[in-house]
Amino acid sequence: MPYGPHVADDRARMLETIGVASVDELFDAIPSALRAGPLRLDGPEPELELSARLVGLAARNRVDLASFLGAGAYRHWTPAVVDQMLLRGEWYTAYTPYQPEVSQGTLQSIYEYQSMLAELTGLDVVSASHYDGGAATAEAALMTCRATRRDRVLVSRAVHPHYRQTVQTYADGAGLVADDIPLVAEGPLAGTTDLAALAALLADPARPVAGVVAAQPNVLGLLEDMPGIGRLAHAAGALFVSVIEPVSLAVLAPPGEYGADIAAGEGQPLGIPLQYGGPYLGIVSCTDPLVRQIPGRLVGQTTDLDGRRAFVMTMRAREQDIRREKAVSNICTNQALLALAASVYLAAIGPHGLRDVAAGGAARASELEAALAAAGAPRLHAGPYLNEFVVRVPGARGVHARLLERGVLAGIPTADLLPDEPSLSDGLLVCATEVTTPAEIELFASALRSELAGVAVAGGVR
Amino acid sequence: MVPSDLRYTKEHEWIRVEGDEAVIGITQHAADQLGDIVFVELPDAGRALQQAATFGVVESVKAVSDLYAPVSGEVCGTNDALSGAPEVVNTDPYGAGWMLRVRLADAGELDALLDADAYDALIAEG
Amino acid sequence: MTVVGERLQPTLFELSRPGRGGGKIPHPPAGALDRIPAGARRVSPPALPELAEPEVVRHYVNLSTLNYSVDAGFYPLGSCTMKFNPKLNEWAARLPGFAGLHPMAPDALAQGTLALLFELEEMLAEISGMAAVTLQPAAGAHGELTGILMVRAYHRSRGDLERTEVLVPDSSHGTNPATASMAGFRTVTIPSATDGGVDLDAFRAALGPRTAAIMITNPSTLGLFERRIGELLEATHAAGALAYMDGANLNAILGRFRPGEAGFDVMHFNVHKTFSTPHGGGGPGAGPVGVRANLVPFLPGPRVLREDDGTYRLERTGERSTSIGRMRSFVGSTGVLVRAYAYLRAHGASGLCEVSDDAVLAANYLKARLSPAYLVPFERACMHEFVASAADIKHRTGVRTLDIAKRLIDKGYHPPTIYFPLTVEEGMLIEPTETESLETLDAFADALLEIAREADTDPEVVTSAPHTAPVRRLDEATAARQPNLRWRGMTGAQTPCPD
Repeated sequence: MPYGPHVADDRARMLETIGVASVDELFDAIPSALRAGPLRLDGPEPELELSARLVGLAARNRVDLASFLGAGAYRHWTPAVVDQMLLRGEWYTAYTPYQPEVSQGTLQSIYEYQSMLAELTGLDVVSASHYDGGAATAEAALMTCRATRRDRVLVSRAVHPHYRQTVQTYADGAGLVADDIPLVAEGPLAGTTDLAALAALLADPARPVAGVVAAQPNVLGLLEDMPGIGRLAHAAGALFVSVIEPVSLAVLAPPGEYGADIAAGEGQPLGIPLQYGGPYLGIVSCTDPLVRQIPGRLVGQTTDLDGRRAFVMTMRAREQDIRREKAVSNICTNQALLALAASVYLAAIGPHGLRDVAAGGAARASELEAALAAAGAPRLHAGPYLNEFVVRVPGARGVHARLLERGVLAGIPTADLLPDEPSLSDGLLVCATEVTTPAEIELFASALRSELAGVAVAGGVR
Repeated sequence: MVPSDLRYTKEHEWIRVEGDEAVIGITQHAADQLGDIVFVELPDAGRALQQAATFGVVESVKAVSDLYAPVSGEVCGTNDALSGAPEVVNTDPYGAGWMLRVRLADAGELDALLDADAYDALIAEG
Repeated sequence: MTVVGERLQPTLFELSRPGRGGGKIPHPPAGALDRIPAGARRVSPPALPELAEPEVVRHYVNLSTLNYSVDAGFYPLGSCTMKFNPKLNEWAARLPGFAGLHPMAPDALAQGTLALLFELEEMLAEISGMAAVTLQPAAGAHGELTGILMVRAYHRSRGDLERTEVLVPDSSHGTNPATASMAGFRTVTIPSATDGGVDLDAFRAALGPRTAAIMITNPSTLGLFERRIGELLEATHAAGALAYMDGANLNAILGRFRPGEAGFDVMHFNVHKTFSTPHGGGGPGAGPVGVRANLVPFLPGPRVLREDDGTYRLERTGERSTSIGRMRSFVGSTGVLVRAYAYLRAHGASGLCEVSDDAVLAANYLKARLSPAYLVPFERACMHEFVASAADIKHRTGVRTLDIAKRLIDKGYHPPTIYFPLTVEEGMLIEPTETESLETLDAFADALLEIAREADTDPEVVTSAPHTAPVRRLDEATAARQPNLRWRGMTGAQTPCPD
């Protein structure tokens, strides 16, 4: 066993103290009919071989392409200081801070995280984090139902499909209804939430709505009329949940400025690597009146016996270990280490740095838009965007596959991301961030130009 | 010894009848069991209560307890002071720590409740 | 552990000075945001702190020293399995091929990770005797919800809509009833028998046509193997219900008991417990779920599939209509799962069997060393953890388990789990794990015995502990009554910074 300290003498001493002849006797309580047969597993593998195996597996992934893929997870530059801090055993091998006297590091860092994220969302409270943007959005939807005592939520089809599907799963379990709000199909507002349709959905007196969920920017990269959505929701007695992207909150109006009651979203862009999907950082934030409904941990400031300032998990009676079946959520953990990563990231780059990340992405995205349009792939939509948008590409799936061979990960075909939107059958959702280089843009544009020219030469659109 | 002019439930609520209304709270015993009380969740005025059904929650730092209605009736007042100073339930549970005022639906329900002696006996054996 | 008050840190906001720091991100050209309509722009910038890198480092390094951690000392925390976090796993998860892969990358670009995930599912299925595993859930509680939602889908698929109840023992972890509620079930709590196991008669009485599932932790939260598990599973299935196993205590039974083989229909794993992924101060973990064949159709999607040519792919949306759907975005907490994979390959079958053997041995050893000063209410051998009660000490001296826990901090240990499960008076749930040396176990036992003596001779030193942590006991009541959950600018009434 690679990490066990016991040698034969140790085991013998322990057996003697216990008063049994062999460790097998300690397992006597397992009925003989239910004892396991031998386990068939590879290994044990010593570190030398195992490390080579892991390197080999990692090498079978391709991370060297020029990537323009966003769709809910974003490439950013993370200052080296972030991982250097995360490698400290005092952070990553610490336990949940249930004993606050020996956990002030973790507790203060979570309080600082809650504070910094509250500055970003513009709302009163941020929880100590949830699993990811999808689960955070689903739990936000559940919050609206608890708070209003209604059982129906409306979710824009421009919210990330994974988040919508998660809302659906959670809603099914809780006996709630989650209905879609359609998108505008044509014209200058195409690709955004259809407010007229939303108003109609809200107008049914027999089916009152607890919460309206919309994203800013939305999954197609477009900016929504969030104040307008909020007004419609509130006029119908519903709460307004805004799905946010934290870097954009440096420059875009935050939920607190446009009347959202709850904000949910994905904190991965704040210093967390892509890692094929996780572990990520679920953000949940709300106004003061809703704080008792917020799922997950909360860290608060207090004093110790001698009057020193200190931090402690608080309002614990909402949580599962105390409230049990009446708990606000069953969540038992938070993504503490990822909240720490986000905090170190924000501390390291500062407010001006965060603005530069957002603005830098916007600048590169403008260059990308121009280059792709010149290459024959103009934007599909007319509305404003921050750093992600859809371009019209005939035969998008095929083009995307061939661009891979040329070393370009050209975003994602919208037909794959949103198969239920017929207006998106021939597009690529692409994004740029502060790390996108002019050379990468040029590679993408020229590869795309020759792909599209090749299609034209071959005779017609596929 | 608990106040003799009140009546009690097995779930450690007390009730003081004042004409066709009554005032409700929790006993010192309940408050002591919970520890430092940090939050009291009470129903809005106008809400109808059913005897023995839950009507609210009392939270302490490490525990939570449902509140059970000693009688049926309509809520006609709540102690707003508790939102800013829930600790008064620990220090003065029968006075300033009162929780609800209700308009009684059926005074006969009071007969089912414990008197002071019976409640004292209950907590002595528990 | 340390001198009180030493190395307490101001907050980032108190360290901030306008103009400090920055310079890590290139400044984009002016006008980059001009195309964003004014109505969508932020009016006032976020008031985030401004610090230079040296201050950031000092802040986080000094804060970290206020933490207890496995790397620094022993956590005898029952039900948490605070075993050593292997450093190879940290290195592996950071390999750029793993860390830099986008979750929506085409399958052809992700073959390494997909192969790893597929193999990890197979290993977990083998360990648990289950037919299939999902790696999607982000935590144990998330796995519980996934499992119970699958149970719900199973019954509904059979037109069995009357099953509205989930049975749990009174010793269960709070997540079990909370999970049941989130899935729309009513929890029925069954009292434990006097020997600490399930009361089989009470369970039989409660099982019926309204029972959707039972949720059992085995070994139980008292650290005892459920001897009547065979009969319980039989009774459950005879009533048409399914059996869920909370796998939090898997560290006791690796290689000895395979839940799926024994008759459990579904279970979750806590990889941050049994399989050594680090706790991170409260997360991230991961909670894979294993199922028997009857529940495979309902697994969350997308599953990882292996084609005939040996390549791997993710299921496409809608490819399996019986799935309960998604529990989260993307495929799972892959970074955590890479660590679990490395752990399992490092150990192999023989290593995992040794893990459980040593974990159970160590727990029984501590139990033997601590009696009779601490009462252990159950005679028989414990598994990987045991509950010790300080009820005697409390009645004799007034010193409670809470005080003993805080005094352990002065002795250099993190306290064990206290007041859980609630069924034991003044309980301490102690789990040493297999990675603590005999010297550590002996020193810990000595410390607890010394505290028991202090309770008699000098109770005040115990009830006012800790004396040597960075802070003393905290005012948790005020924290809950007047919640201060975020920094708000300096005001005259601000608590002064520690110096």
